[in-house]
Amino acid sequence: MTLEDWYRQDRLPHIYCAGCGNGTILNCTLRAVNELGLVQDRTTFVSGIGCSSRAAGYTSSDSLHTTHGRALPFATGVKLVKPENDVIVFTGDGDLSAIGGNHFIHACRRNIDLTVICMNNNIYGMTGGQGSPCTPYGAITTTTPYGMHEMPFDLCAVAEAAGANYVARWTSFHVKELTEAIRTGIETPGLSFIEVMAQCPTSFGSKNKMKQVSQMIDMFRTNAVLKGKAERDRAAGIPLAPGKFIVGELVRRSNPVLGGRP
Amino acid sequence: MTDKTEFLNGNTACAEGAIAAGCRFFAGYPITPSTEVAERMAARLPKVGGTFIQMEDELASMAAIIGGAWAGARTMTATSGPGFSLMMENIGYAAMTETPCVVVNVQRGGPSTGQPTMAAQGDMIQARFGSHGDYSIIALAPSSVQEMFDLTVKAFDLADRFRTPVFLMADETIGHMREKVILRGDVEIIPRRELGSDELPCKPDANGVPGFGTFGNGHGVHITGLTHDERGYPATDSAALHENLVRRQVGKIENFRNEIADVDIVNPDAEVIFISYGAPTRAVQQLLADYPGVYGHFNLRIVWPFPDAKLAEFRAAKAFVVPEMNLGQIAREVRMHTNVPVVTAPKLGGALHSVDELKHAADVAATATGTFTEVLL
Repeated sequence: MTLEDWYRQDRLPHIYCAGCGNGTILNCTLRAVNELGLVQDRTTFVSGIGCSSRAAGYTSSDSLHTTHGRALPFATGVKLVKPENDVIVFTGDGDLSAIGGNHFIHACRRNIDLTVICMNNNIYGMTGGQGSPCTPYGAITTTTPYGMHEMPFDLCAVAEAAGANYVARWTSFHVKELTEAIRTGIETPGLSFIEVMAQCPTSFGSKNKMKQVSQMIDMFRTNAVLKGKAERDRAAGIPLAPGKFIVGELVRRSNPVLGGRP
Repeated sequence: MTDKTEFLNGNTACAEGAIAAGCRFFAGYPITPSTEVAERMAARLPKVGGTFIQMEDELASMAAIIGGAWAGARTMTATSGPGFSLMMENIGYAAMTETPCVVVNVQRGGPSTGQPTMAAQGDMIQARFGSHGDYSIIALAPSSVQEMFDLTVKAFDLADRFRTPVFLMADETIGHMREKVILRGDVEIIPRRELGSDELPCKPDANGVPGFGTFGNGHGVHITGLTHDERGYPATDSAALHENLVRRQVGKIENFRNEIADVDIVNPDAEVIFISYGAPTRAVQQLLADYPGVYGHFNLRIVWPFPDAKLAEFRAAKAFVVPEMNLGQIAREVRMHTNVPVVTAPKLGGALHSVDELKHAADVAATATGTFTEVLL
């Protein structure tokens, strides 16, 4: 198998807009899968609804493109019937944390042996740019024309509190770190949650003073604070500045797992 | 395996039927009056190499059994009205993706939370039309504890043959009453037809049903609830492709509505014919025992697709009387398929029809002239 073999070639090119971060995340995922030498016929991709969830259809192994928010319970059924499979879930911030929020909490609580990759573009991209539970405070979207007036989720904090064995956050800028995190996530028994900040230049950047894709990538680069630095700052009494977010491996533990490989 | 004779409630017999039919994955959420199905599955599945999981809600339960089906198992969930409503989203997904699975609905009084511990048949139209878009399904209705076992077995075979969700539309009375039941040890499992290596995953065979591309069997299938072509790939902007797909999926079931009919036809030469399914069947059977040879009876074990051609077997019919524990949901369907006057005999609240009430309905029916009459019991 080569990296190319993991792509469903007759489905390409993908539907993502020019400059979208989702293709980068799909590529990092398939790179990690290929580097690990996973068996194609023992690997299943499951996704919900939204831009992120189209990713499953571009993989060459068995894939299940499901209903909005429900990727995790579908994946739970696949994994419990075929625990020998590596089951990887593609989801987005709206899919996972709004309509699928309860499933997210319970999949983490069960610590079921899935790898969940959340493409967090802070917005509903496929429906044209509405606010999501991860839209930053004050950001402009089509449904928050005067600025988002609700606080966003910290998805990694939710995953940690709910019980996931592995939690990491990276961005579409950090391709090497992200690929490594996905590898580790797949190898770690239990629920592995990897949040990836992804740029949506079409619907988010254009309304929030980042018309150029490079501006969004640059925002990720400058606002991402490595976990070690964040911890040192916190010990020194320096709070995380507004707009900044922590990246790195946030949780790795070995709590009891549901649906682990036999 | 030898047969075992036991004295069980209907819900427990249903779970035993599922185990006998090879069901090895159950995902569910507790709800009265169906919970004994889940409880029995939780106890039994680990002993036969299967898996039980209690999900966070019925949306998730339905999702999980669809995922489990694609991973190769025969899968089932059980619920009642409020949970059935939540399952509608993914029932539509199962219809569009042609996923075989079994959903047990032990009906209770509705709408909403209604009467959790009382029997009803108010979800019959929802079973047929509850999810959005056009599709067809199969729904069975047991009227005894033995049928809770037998029809559960049958539901799995129909689900695999037609690649569709199949509903066991029970009710609280049948689910909770106890009767002698023979747990058959000789249940033959007819496996779903696996996708051939040279077949496209969504290209139908002569019967309109594609082969099933079980995950892990080398097919590399892509399954989506979007309108899709014969490769299974999203293709959402062709009117012709969408119409062909939906009509083919409906036709694969409706074209066999009379072939798969599972009915009793009693006294076909009678003039007043009772049509029933589920618990009211028991009352009709008592009426026929009390008044031998007077009335006809068309008892349905498969309600959807409705076996319309069988109505013609009642050649002398002057009225069809339909006692239901709802406000005439299947009576409307009967009306669609006959010019004989239809008398709907609804009863709500959980009590069964009495023989006297059925006799009264028959007396009204004997002089009925309108095409559709409601008799007040």
